[in-house]
Amino acid sequence: MSAPAVPPRSAPAAGSGAARAGAPVSPVGRAAAEVDDRMTIAAPLRRTLNKVFPEHWSFLLGEIALYSFVILLLTGTYLTFFFDASMQEVVYEGSYAPLRGVEMSAAYASSLDISFDVRGGLLMRQIHHWAALLFVASIFVHMMRIFFTGAFRKPREANWTIGVLLLVLATLEGFTGYTLPDDLLSGTGLRIASAIILSVPVIGTWAQYAVFNGPFPGEEIIGRFYIAHVLLIPGILLALIAVHLLLLIKQKHTQFPGPGKTEQNVVGHRFYPVFMANGGSLFMVVFAVVAALGGLIQMNPIWLYGPYNPAQVSSGSQPDWYVGFLDGSTRLFPAWDISIFGYQIPGIFWPTVVLPGVLVTLLLLYPMIERKLTKDTVHHNLLQRPRDVPVRTSLGMMMITFYLVLWISGGNDLIADKFNISLNAMTWIGRIGLIVLPPIVYVATYRLCLGLQRHDRQVLEHGIETGIIRRLPSGEFIEVHQPLGPVDEHGHGLLQYGGAPVPKKMNSLGGAGRRVRGFFSPIEEPAAIKAAPAELEERELTGSGRPSDGGRPADPRP
Amino acid sequence: MSIDHRAGAHGERSVGNTAGSSDLAPTREQLAAMSHAELDMLGARLDDTEVVVLSNPPPPGSIAEKRAERQVALCFGLATLFAFAFVIVFWGAGWFLPDWEYDVGGSAFGALFTPLLGLTMGSALAFLGIGIVLWAKKLMPHEVATQGRHGGASDPVDAQTAGGTIMAGFARTGLARHNIVRRSLLGAGGALGLLALVPLGGLIKKPGRELVETSWEAGVRLLRDDGTPVRPADMLPGSLETVFPAVERGNRQADAATMLIRLRREQVDQIQAPPGQEDFAWEDYLAFSKVCTHAGCPVSLYEQETGRILCPCHQSQFIVTEGARPVFGPAARALPQLPIELDDEGYFVARSDYPEPVGPSFWNREK
Repeated sequence: MSAPAVPPRSAPAAGSGAARAGAPVSPVGRAAAEVDDRMTIAAPLRRTLNKVFPEHWSFLLGEIALYSFVILLLTGTYLTFFFDASMQEVVYEGSYAPLRGVEMSAAYASSLDISFDVRGGLLMRQIHHWAALLFVASIFVHMMRIFFTGAFRKPREANWTIGVLLLVLATLEGFTGYTLPDDLLSGTGLRIASAIILSVPVIGTWAQYAVFNGPFPGEEIIGRFYIAHVLLIPGILLALIAVHLLLLIKQKHTQFPGPGKTEQNVVGHRFYPVFMANGGSLFMVVFAVVAALGGLIQMNPIWLYGPYNPAQVSSGSQPDWYVGFLDGSTRLFPAWDISIFGYQIPGIFWPTVVLPGVLVTLLLLYPMIERKLTKDTVHHNLLQRPRDVPVRTSLGMMMITFYLVLWISGGNDLIADKFNISLNAMTWIGRIGLIVLPPIVYVATYRLCLGLQRHDRQVLEHGIETGIIRRLPSGEFIEVHQPLGPVDEHGHGLLQYGGAPVPKKMNSLGGAGRRVRGFFSPIEEPAAIKAAPAELEERELTGSGRPSDGGRPADPRP
Repeated sequence: MSIDHRAGAHGERSVGNTAGSSDLAPTREQLAAMSHAELDMLGARLDDTEVVVLSNPPPPGSIAEKRAERQVALCFGLATLFAFAFVIVFWGAGWFLPDWEYDVGGSAFGALFTPLLGLTMGSALAFLGIGIVLWAKKLMPHEVATQGRHGGASDPVDAQTAGGTIMAGFARTGLARHNIVRRSLLGAGGALGLLALVPLGGLIKKPGRELVETSWEAGVRLLRDDGTPVRPADMLPGSLETVFPAVERGNRQADAATMLIRLRREQVDQIQAPPGQEDFAWEDYLAFSKVCTHAGCPVSLYEQETGRILCPCHQSQFIVTEGARPVFGPAARALPQLPIELDDEGYFVARSDYPEPVGPSFWNREK
């Protein structure tokens, strides 16, 4: 291997480095160079690794949803190996003795088999169900964060819209999923779904026949729900999640206002390695929680419900939590069947089709509505604190209250039972609460926001209350305030509110020194950290510190 | 911000070319002389990112570093241990451990199998996650990076040229000029769209009589779930029996389930049958559809003291002495009543089908 005179690709550049600048020497480096030679990806790769993600705990909520979805894909695929989406009647002969010899659908029998005859099958089924509950829950909470901080504002309206669609699809995915085992609980839910489809004016019966291929229940619905649950909806979910994330990367993350943070930058961690490590560990922890729940806490014990039988039902039967608000709205809605020229609009149409339709439409359009009303059309990359946008915050709280009343009413029979309240009283509490509580919550939230805003301004103007009362030589008592920055001639702070949290306690300024290190027990002497030099503490106060007295409390005294 | 290959391999020339930041472009010699850390910082700057290291991990060999190392390694070790424990529980069951299959009243291990799997799997994953957090927190430098953000509308040159490309390309297709091509293409597109949609028509089916009819008809016996017929002497006053039509798989039909109720003596006087249904009852026996008129759940909870039937799904309440009229909750219609009589052998039979469709309301129910 002799080196020719000036060959572009030979001769290890061990020492000189001049001709072979940066040539990789390690096997991995050489392999990377080979790949880059073909694909020219060094720059995009570096840009990706250098991408900066801002840090805040609330930015992890969406990640939890993403990781739950990954867990759902993994466990769901496993379940398909054993599930038989057929409504063929079979006689159960599996290992769960109490149901042996009972006629049931093949779907229910195979769900029992997954629970009792597949090694680890019950764990997988329960992890899948818990992950589904967490998936929708994390989408909800993630969405609240986006809403209350104004992250949906221009330029991110499209991603909000996709997020709302994801929520709707996740709900449908959950409903089709928990219907598949064809047990008594889910079958009752399906019966109600059929009644809802039937209730649609004009096309109700046609829609029922299109979905169920005949009257309820028919013999197709489990098979149809199955393909919707494992292919159609997850396919759309996957595509929308991909667009959701690509838009997030393209438009970059929002961030809370704070030192050094502007509309034109992102302050945080680079993707590699810190954000990657944090993301990886969050995935592990989410998976750990779901796995532990799946193993330790029973979820949807279908063997206790029995196979679906249209003539049977259990009391206290509730759907999965994210469908509960519709159950509640159905329970609260008065018995209003409308009849027009002999045609009927059943009462159930309003709380189960119109209400969720209106809610989803409002959510989809909210960014546009707010933009229209506030005439705010500039780009926003800095988030707002909920208190600084009292109208939006109050609207959101009103919405949450409305939702919660419906949700609680979805279980009003259980509340009536456990707390010995009349069931009919619970229904009326829900009906009245649904109308009365949201406005009350609106007003209360609005006042709270204003109060919090004022307190921020108060602290900026007058400083933090130190809790120290001093008696002056003149006999006057004063309370010492710690200004947060420079003050004017009246002693009022000059700092303007900038949308970032204002410290309210001396501790946040280091008033008590830093905290003692050690998690379970201190690993250092508390005496080693001293809040302030001792002489400051012990110095005698001789004036009020007011500018009229020739000073201010924060001035270093001679 | 890509490497400019035209610069050639000559050492004197700049090899990096970054728009507007030519000072960042080092020569090949400078590049070769840079450490990984320096290259990292250069790369960050090329990506419009300023990195400030806030604090470094404890110095190598320090007590703090050793402690952090031990904590991380302990977590990873425990994760390994629990992962192995998972494997042992999973495959050891039925081999050197007791059988995993759950048996009602059987071995305790059968009931513990799934919880043990969840515990070991959850612990393995949790310790791995916690280990990574500790590693990132205690052994990696804490840095803060500030990256520029370039949102907003595109550069006018880009926007205008992109628009120009689209419009000029469209002009080259001639679609604007060749009306006949454009219109026929639109027509074909529409027709093919229709072609793609029409197969979905296979889903559409004309609603049949099943929605308004049940298997009940004159002379069909009322059978219990186990297939036995019912005689008046079989039921105590105040009791309820779910009955099905005596047809093939009658007890599996979604709309046929019927409640046969024997009233208590004092309730018989309170009967207020709806007009036209005065003779539907047989003495103190009444039969109502069990399918709720609200959402189709089986109305199952009968309170004989008050003569009320409660639907457990949405709490509609019906009063049996008044033709199962709804008295509370979201249901708006009474439960349809089945006219009954006795056959020659003294068993209950239906006198006809229900006089109206059973189950939830729909648009053209009364047509």
